Amino acid sequence: MSFQPIKFYQTGTFTVGNRLLPPEQRSVQASGKRFNSINSGHRACQGCGEALGARYAIDAAMEATDGRLVAANATGCLEVFSTPYPETSWQIPWIHSLFGNAAAVATGIAAALKVKGQAQTRVVAQGGDGGTTDIGFGCLSGMFERNDDVLYICYDNGGYMNTGVQRSSATPPAARTATTPAVGAAPGNVFGQGKFVPAIALAHDIPYVATATVADLRDLEAKVRRAMEIRGARYIHILVPCPLGWGTQSNETIKMARLAKETGIFPVFEAEHGEIKAVLPIRHQLPVEEYLKPQKRYAHLFGKQPQVEVIARLQALADRNIKRYGLLGQG
Amino acid sequence: MLKQMEGSRAVAEAVALCRPEVICAYPISPQTHIVEALGEMVKDGSLAPCEFINVESEFAAMSVAVGASAAGARSYTATASQGLLYMAEAVFNASGLGLPIVMTVANRAIGAPINIWNDHSDALAMRDAGWIQLFAENNQEALDLHIQAFRLGEELSLPVMVCMDGFILTHAFERVDMPTQAQVDAYLPCYEPRQVLDPGEPVSIGAMVGPEAFMEVRYLAHARQMEALKLIPAYAAEFKAVFGRDSGGLCHSYRTEDAETIVVAMGSVLGTIKDVIDEMREAGHKIGVLGITLFRPFPVEGVRAGLLGAKRVVVLEKSMAVGLGGILSTNVRMALSGLHMHGYTVIAGLGGRAITRKSLLGLFLKAEKDELDHVTFLDLDWVMVNKQLEREKAHRRSGPVAENLLRDVGVVAARNY
Ligand SMILES: Cc1ncc(C[n+]2csc(CCOP(=O)(O)OP(=O)(O)O)c2C)c(N)n1
Ligand code: SF4
Ligand SMILES: [Mg+2]
Repeated sequence: MSFQPIKFYQTGTFTVGNRLLPPEQRSVQASGKRFNSINSGHRACQGCGEALGARYAIDAAMEATDGRLVAANATGCLEVFSTPYPETSWQIPWIHSLFGNAAAVATGIAAALKVKGQAQTRVVAQGGDGGTTDIGFGCLSGMFERNDDVLYICYDNGGYMNTGVQRSSATPPAARTATTPAVGAAPGNVFGQGKFVPAIALAHDIPYVATATVADLRDLEAKVRRAMEIRGARYIHILVPCPLGWGTQSNETIKMARLAKETGIFPVFEAEHGEIKAVLPIRHQLPVEEYLKPQKRYAHLFGKQPQVEVIARLQALADRNIKRYGLLGQG
Repeated sequence: MLKQMEGSRAVAEAVALCRPEVICAYPISPQTHIVEALGEMVKDGSLAPCEFINVESEFAAMSVAVGASAAGARSYTATASQGLLYMAEAVFNASGLGLPIVMTVANRAIGAPINIWNDHSDALAMRDAGWIQLFAENNQEALDLHIQAFRLGEELSLPVMVCMDGFILTHAFERVDMPTQAQVDAYLPCYEPRQVLDPGEPVSIGAMVGPEAFMEVRYLAHARQMEALKLIPAYAAEFKAVFGRDSGGLCHSYRTEDAETIVVAMGSVLGTIKDVIDEMREAGHKIGVLGITLFRPFPVEGVRAGLLGAKRVVVLEKSMAVGLGGILSTNVRMALSGLHMHGYTVIAGLGGRAITRKSLLGLFLKAEKDELDHVTFLDLDWVMVNKQLEREKAHRRSGPVAENLLRDVGVVAARNY
């Protein structure tokens, strides 16, 4: 392909225009030789962030391992929409066992590969936030603690989407789900509950922990690449908006992910051996309303009488993230 | 080679001779000595190449075994009781995925009340999980069955549970004939999986199956178990050719020729039963016993043939179907359908209650006279039971049952284990 050097320009999103980069610096997704690890034809909803995140992540991992990759998948949307047998989207060896054991299944695969002298083949485990932060948490922590040679990727859409949008421990406060309905004195999910598993992963002192969103393809790919350079337990937690569960338009997925990052609602960082090494700084800090308003799961905050107090509490959470992780770049 | 050793050690050495490649371990009595011994062999390098993984739960143990087996490694784990129930979801999954994992179950009661001693409630709770289930009568058989289990499971792509009575066998020091590596290698070929996770030939395993094919998938699991009914006797015969002794098989009759009363049982209690039968035979009683080695698939025809001539069948089992009677006995009934004979269920030895020769003799004498109830609880302390029933009638808040009974029994049961 002929390459015309042109000056870089910055898009409104601050990403560098991919087609203007030299080929070797272009994203895996931009390459005609990308693996299409999850092929077209799967049954995800239009605009599914999880489908996008998995496609980015697994293609990048395939690129990094020269096509020697095995995946273990937890039950959830990704599993269900990708294998409507006799069709399967997966172009890589892939196994689904149960909802809560993807990390352990991956440990077993890694052990088998090691004992058979095939350790050049690498293993990823993947699950939704429910399969990771709730039911699969024991297996995940065990895999971390033993430092098993597995990259675990959590696709966080903030709820149990596959079963019809119920609350998980990754559902944000005030969000409406089927089990935290927008009724009563404090509509939506409760404040003061839930957990942020990347921070718990850090506490395991594993070699690599990172967060990412589907809004920053290049950052996500770089993190997967970095993770594949390392042996031992690694964790990447990707924010993947879900149009169905969040009540957003299918063309707003990337925008929602970007807003989550730009408001400080979702901190994007990278850590090695328990120490945060880098954050993806907020470029244009925005108030949380910008993120909340387009989502029907927060509609009860913006009725005739806007719930200013609740919005302020959510802003406080974002501000805490900004401070805790140094997201305004002043670290 | 003849050696005097603990049952757990014998099983560990036999498993090691089978060259397992991934072993997952989680402690629970009375299985623990087995994985401890294997862990030591891996750590000191005498069992290699092998990955020994200390997991965080039994659910993880079976899940790691699922992953390892799907990636083509010979995989082994061991558990008991609460541990087997804790991994239940993955136990069904392993068989559903057709993965030939071998697992020792050191049979132990299930709580509450928590109890570490032997009965068969754990393995029998998993009777419909799709695993082949073998029950060992003694330590030699436990050792031998593990070697056959890998062969059988891998040929059929089915997981195999080798059940041995907790403490009674796992902790008993007995003389066993330990095979040589050359013998085991001659008997057990390398594991050739039917499906494997391989980047060279990518497959998707574990897809969702709807009503259009689910019945057929389940039927095939059944058909494969039926195949085991043919393979097991063949493998037992081959085992004899290589190792020079009878071990395994479906079920075994002992002194049942012309017997009017036939006892049916599984596991180590068969030894005591045989002693009682020898004694009764000497006194002229027409009694024998059918020992069941293979519980799943259930050898319906073998059991039927073994019981055909009898007038009555006494199923003595260390398990219980609450609200019905027995588990083993309902299975035996299936084998006897259409035949007219007295059938008795005897629940015995729950939670490690000793099954004595004296009690068995009394029981069998009563059975011969058809004086047994349909369901009998051997050596049940009726005074204790009735006292509690009265207490419950008198006071709604009569307190926790187990603790009340322990108080009635007094300090004997208050030891620390
Ligand atoms: C043991 C068990 N409990 C519950 C379920 C039902 N279940 C299947 S998928 C799912 C939701 C998955 O949520 P998450 O992990 O967040 O993935 P998502 O669908 O949101 O991508 C649930 C609850 C199950 N399959 N197994
Ligand atoms: S419900 Fe959400 S996560 Fe599931 S396929 Fe649809 S958009 Fe994707
Ligand atoms: Mg989810």
